[in-house]
Amino acid sequence: MVGGTASSSASSSASGEAKPTGELARPAPATRPRKAKRTPGELVFDILVYSALIVFTFICLFPFLNTLANAFSSSTAIQTGKVLLWPVEFQVGSMKMILADSSVMRSLFVTVFLTVVGTTLNLLFTIITAYPLSRRDLKGRGIFMRFMVVTMLFSGGMIPLFLVVKSLHLLDTLWALIIPGLISAFNVIIMKSFFQTIPDELREASVMDGCGNMRYLIRIVLPLSGASLATIGLFYAVGHWNAYFGAVLYINDPDLLTLQAKLRNILLLSQMDTSLEQMTMESKFTVIQESLKAAVIVVATVPILIVYPFLQKYFVKGSMLGSVKG
Amino acid sequence: MKEWKKNYDLYLLLVPAAVFFIVFAYVPMGGLVIAFKDYNLFRGLWGSDWSGLANFREMFSIPEFFRITRNTLLLNLLGLIVCFPAPILLALMLNEVRSRSLKKISQSMLYLPHFMSWIVLGGIVYAVLSPKYGVINQILRWLGMKEIYFMADQTWWIITYTLSAVWQSAGWGTIIYLAAITAIDPALYEAASIDGAGRIRKIASVTLPSIMPTIVILFILAVGNMVSIGIEQPLALANSVVSNVSEVISTYVYRVGIKQGEFGLTTAVGMVQSVINLCLVVAANHFAKRAGGEGLW
Repeated sequence: MVGGTASSSASSSASGEAKPTGELARPAPATRPRKAKRTPGELVFDILVYSALIVFTFICLFPFLNTLANAFSSSTAIQTGKVLLWPVEFQVGSMKMILADSSVMRSLFVTVFLTVVGTTLNLLFTIITAYPLSRRDLKGRGIFMRFMVVTMLFSGGMIPLFLVVKSLHLLDTLWALIIPGLISAFNVIIMKSFFQTIPDELREASVMDGCGNMRYLIRIVLPLSGASLATIGLFYAVGHWNAYFGAVLYINDPDLLTLQAKLRNILLLSQMDTSLEQMTMESKFTVIQESLKAAVIVVATVPILIVYPFLQKYFVKGSMLGSVKG
Repeated sequence: MKEWKKNYDLYLLLVPAAVFFIVFAYVPMGGLVIAFKDYNLFRGLWGSDWSGLANFREMFSIPEFFRITRNTLLLNLLGLIVCFPAPILLALMLNEVRSRSLKKISQSMLYLPHFMSWIVLGGIVYAVLSPKYGVINQILRWLGMKEIYFMADQTWWIITYTLSAVWQSAGWGTIIYLAAITAIDPALYEAASIDGAGRIRKIASVTLPSIMPTIVILFILAVGNMVSIGIEQPLALANSVVSNVSEVISTYVYRVGIKQGEFGLTTAVGMVQSVINLCLVVAANHFAKRAGGEGLW
């Protein structure tokens, strides 16, 4: 990393930069003319920028590292304030307790199920909505766009939506967490913009060869849309994984609690004693050990950390697809 | 007619979306009539009696109304002032970094909080800031200072709320600005260097003006969200000790509407929120266009 700092050169960063952005690629941002040496002013500027960035990155990361360290530290070590970034008096008891708790594992399963099924349906319905709207030869698409954009600007709010979900008998089913959020107008617009970048000549050629609309969509458009499908899928998946208010609102059955809602129930207890503790300065109310709380958080976070590196290249690329237009 | 026949399958594809938006967006909009009714759960929407503007009158008479509106506006305004510029600043810094590995590592770390739920982030915030065991207060004690009750002190709670929002969203927000910066014509930078511009000067005279349209569009969107503070962050960070500043419109609607069954009153509150939101977006869009920029529509 340090070596990279010293040896980076404009030409390598320019050509390297252009690659990952694919068809959008325009010359890289770093293409300012390179002098052989930095002026003293430039050096000061670089030092300031680099250190500010490193500090900010560290601040961003620190709470996670501290929580991870807490999850594997003994309660006494945490209470005496010895834990910073590394576990002190290493123990795995808290983690074992969480993993042995069947209700936590069940809610983890519910969340995985919800994320997989929900995201698949989200993608399917977003594709079939965005594709027709991307076709300039489709009459009435302007009206449909307006019909959709209105929903982004104005809504009935929480109570009327709740009553709709209730009257459809979706309460206490996982469908309540999937169906009301099935299509996001915002994601449809991003995907529609992407479909529009596929040259129309391609369609004309396929039509010549006797290819219908559906076949064209499935055989030509979708295979060309990998990056944007991955990105939008990721947006939906993260949404499902992280959402907790839907579960709080629509689900009472403890067997159907999502991981985040379950987590809320566990941590809420501890929040209550945080405020009590603050008022009374007594630690007697600390029902849940600090390391146990940290362990729950870690369990809920690890699945994301595992898939994160694999998805990163897609989401950076894909979000650019949607945003460059702006 | 011929057109309809040729693309009938495309129209069929739009049917599910039409049904979806009608049922889950337009029907709830129609459900706003509850605000004008004395809603009775057992008699349903159409069986309940009309009550005219009684719910709105009651809204202005409840003491909480002023408080939740003030909190919502205050937290959002702080968000706009602090959270909005943060990703711009960060993107400008990232763009100045020439080491690709540092840039990459830093970006990965900065995006991370965006992928965590507010429950996880809230849990971490509570743990790190706890007066007894929290690491921040430990450090303060080592420095010989008194511990701070971050989550139980109103001022500190507001600060924590705002900074935790920066923590969650600033890194992710840079993506869109970095994309806009990538699109800048490098000839502009070359011209600026020939004119003798230093790096700060180039940022001010080339980079910033070039990403202005993106900034404006995102600003309009942010203004549009001024009143509609999401519910997940305040709900995750709130606690009873600071409810005086942590109760916002959405948490109030949830607490009083859903939990206490006051459907009519809270629908009215939610409706006022939606209407103000709409006005703000339209106004912001109008001004953006007047100022010579591009609007959202």
